[in-house]
Amino acid sequence: MATALAATNHVALADLKGKVDPDWCPGCGDFGVLAAVQKALVDLQIPNHNVVTISGIGCSSNFPGFINTYGMHTLHGRALAVATGVKLANHDLTVLVTGGDGDGFGIGGNHFVHSMRRNVDVLYIVMDNQIYGLTTGQTSPTSRVGMKTKSMPFGNVEAPVNPISLALAAGATFVARGFSAEQKHLTELIKQGIRHKGFSFLDVFSPCVTYNHDNTYQWFRPRIKKLEDDGTYDPADWMAAMGKSLLWGDEIPIGKFFERTDVPALQDAEPVLNAGPLIHADPRIPAEVGRAFVEELM
Amino acid sequence: MKKTFAVGIGGAAGQGVATPGDIFAKIFSRRGLHLNAYNAYQSIIRGGHTFLTIRTGPEKVTNMGDRLDLLIPLNQDAMDRHLGLLTEGAACLYNADTIKPGIAAAGVELCPLPVSELADISRNKVAQNTLAVGAGLSMMGIGFQAVEEVLGEQFKKKGEAVVSENAGIARAGYDYATAHFNPFAWPLPMTGKRHAVLSGNIAMAMGGAAAGVKFYCAYPMSPSTGVLHWMAAHARKAGIMVRQVEDEIGVVNMAIGAAHAGVRSMCATSGGGFALMSEGLGLSAMMETPVVVIDCQRAGPSTGVPTKTEQGDLWQMLGAAFGDYPRVLAAPLDIGDCFKIIPEIFNIADRFQCPGIVLCDLLLSEGRLSVDPQDLDFAPVIDRGELITEASSSGANGDGAYKRYKITDSGVSPRAIPGLLGHTHTAASDEHDEDGVLISDEFTNPTKRRAMMEKRMRKVAGIEASVPPPELWGPRDAAVTLIGWGSTKGVIEEACEILIEQGISANQLQIRWLVPLHGEAILDILKGARHTIIVENNYSGQFARYLRSETSFVPDGYIRKYDGEPFMPHHIVEAVKEQLSGKSTLSVPAHEILV
Repeated sequence: MATALAATNHVALADLKGKVDPDWCPGCGDFGVLAAVQKALVDLQIPNHNVVTISGIGCSSNFPGFINTYGMHTLHGRALAVATGVKLANHDLTVLVTGGDGDGFGIGGNHFVHSMRRNVDVLYIVMDNQIYGLTTGQTSPTSRVGMKTKSMPFGNVEAPVNPISLALAAGATFVARGFSAEQKHLTELIKQGIRHKGFSFLDVFSPCVTYNHDNTYQWFRPRIKKLEDDGTYDPADWMAAMGKSLLWGDEIPIGKFFERTDVPALQDAEPVLNAGPLIHADPRIPAEVGRAFVEELM
Repeated sequence: MKKTFAVGIGGAAGQGVATPGDIFAKIFSRRGLHLNAYNAYQSIIRGGHTFLTIRTGPEKVTNMGDRLDLLIPLNQDAMDRHLGLLTEGAACLYNADTIKPGIAAAGVELCPLPVSELADISRNKVAQNTLAVGAGLSMMGIGFQAVEEVLGEQFKKKGEAVVSENAGIARAGYDYATAHFNPFAWPLPMTGKRHAVLSGNIAMAMGGAAAGVKFYCAYPMSPSTGVLHWMAAHARKAGIMVRQVEDEIGVVNMAIGAAHAGVRSMCATSGGGFALMSEGLGLSAMMETPVVVIDCQRAGPSTGVPTKTEQGDLWQMLGAAFGDYPRVLAAPLDIGDCFKIIPEIFNIADRFQCPGIVLCDLLLSEGRLSVDPQDLDFAPVIDRGELITEASSSGANGDGAYKRYKITDSGVSPRAIPGLLGHTHTAASDEHDEDGVLISDEFTNPTKRRAMMEKRMRKVAGIEASVPPPELWGPRDAAVTLIGWGSTKGVIEEACEILIEQGISANQLQIRWLVPLHGEAILDILKGARHTIIVENNYSGQFARYLRSETSFVPDGYIRKYDGEPFMPHHIVEAVKEQLSGKSTLSVPAHEILV
């Protein structure tokens, strides 16, 4: 049976199981994100050898090791830059970028903003736990004001970033938020993000059960409200998306905030890629082109 | 002594120093003459002072030389700064309406041009430049049709009227000089050769295209920006993806991403940008993804002097990124070599799956040189090393048979690019085992850690074997051996020629490959040397310290310059004489420009 399945290239969940099991803390929100990504790839029937999962550094950035696709576990904050290079060298690949809030909005903030305005065609999933986990509990760029951590023991006095508003302002063409405990909803958002041609940003509430005692599953559950449940919400309306992004308190929206399809993805905006992925190009420049380059100098 | 002729054009930025420079360069090169051009300038877009030296001659011209034959000051400032440097047989062409000459040395001809009589300066603001070009060419003994042809090309885009107006002005200058000024004693000859004239930045960009670079990215930074400009302008014809990135951290990581996906990938920067790339180099080494980074040195530290040259980044290259890892580091010897070195270093980086660094400097990056077009070879050897680009038919997808970091005798593990059936793996910046699985999350695993460290470091021996040791140039048993590295090749070579002419036999050891260094071979060469002097463009003798750390070799003396300007031959000649007479072991020549 397995042979028959391989022959028809059917993608099964078992194909996506990584070489090692995740070593996240029991109850970590990241388990739910991993499961949803695997489910989405099965639903979309994308063979694992055509997927590259790229991360930076942090608890959630261990993700590529726990899924059987091509993986890159890069430097802290640099996953999006690496991913842009991968995608532009071979735009036939499905590129997933995974990481945490410190990695993406802190040390990687510069690349985050510029990757969005570039509209590079990747899905960026941030497992946002509003804390630094792997370094044992310091304030993150999304930690709330007043939150007490080892680095701010008297409470955070700095305002957090709003990743959704920031993504909208930076020109992301797909902006969504999920919750790791909402598996079906999250899987659907991941599938939409992969299908979207351009930069897809998916911020996922992924609670840290060890270091963040404020933003727990119990804290999120009564607050989250799916945008999809509001029949009047139009994700093509940027102003409405910006308005929704500012909601934080008793009601916290999750779901697809915004999507536009009229902006070409970076690979489609660059004529150099018209002939197909660069990895298939002849490394040699045609002799007459080389001669013309030299002729310019004479 | 080689016959050469040097023109110096000085003025404020924005006054149009570049155009007459380009016109002279084209005319010299089309006469089959060699040339070398160096532009001294400051970090300002309008105003300030800029001084372009173009030196030409029938034989190879490797540096700016010691002497100006023709000075063209475009403003009073340029006249005041440079007139005093002219010696017998030289001439100075200037606008008699606006510039007062100073006192020139005996035998220097002052050539005032009555600009407002010869051209309508209300119509043409740079008439003085064009008049001077015409006049200068007349004095050099060059026929006027050469000027017409080049002006036609220069102003083609601006239309026929502009071309003929400029040709008319040049003609007026040409005729005025013929009637009023003495021709130079040495009319510029013609040879049957054809040369390409290019900067080191263009050469490195073209070398990248020839090497099969498909991805280039950069953040603008002087003096490396010329590489980006050539790449951007030629990207579509060459099929290269060129990106301007938000910072150099993004640059190196993006380049590594593209390289990891399977294409040759390159980036260029200067010292400050390179500092930001440092962690990325470690990533390239740890993931064993080859990438080539060009560092065009400028005077540091920090922002330093952005428009001035230095060889001050050597130790940054040697120490870039923490931990031990194999790297390749090469310094091109001249502008032609800037082209040639790129395919060479890519082959080594690809074969050994490690970062390759090209250590260039402003002198080469922004200087211009005439190069034999045959030396710009667009069909160099391309060796991608052990790269797997086709899916294996046997291995089922994800069966675990493929080991990305397989332990081998050479230290090189066959590298599969993403997208291939049967080879999924994770490449990690953390230490990992043969499978790519992290060992950093294990309690401790000294066995695996040691095995992986030794696997990577075994590549060092292979790299060393693939790079030739340096050779001694010039007479054996010379009275003095001058040791240099990278861009000082030409000026040291000329200093040796002058010394020999003056009865002091001199030879040269010029280092191109810095890592691997071939210390044993260098010691073999130097053990027979009578008096050794290390010449370099920095304060602390970075190469001298490196050579000592690798070989325990200590030279007899040092010549160093760290004032922002490159060496001129006489700086080295005078320092050698001073040192041979026992007056000093460290010479720091002063750069003679009136400021």
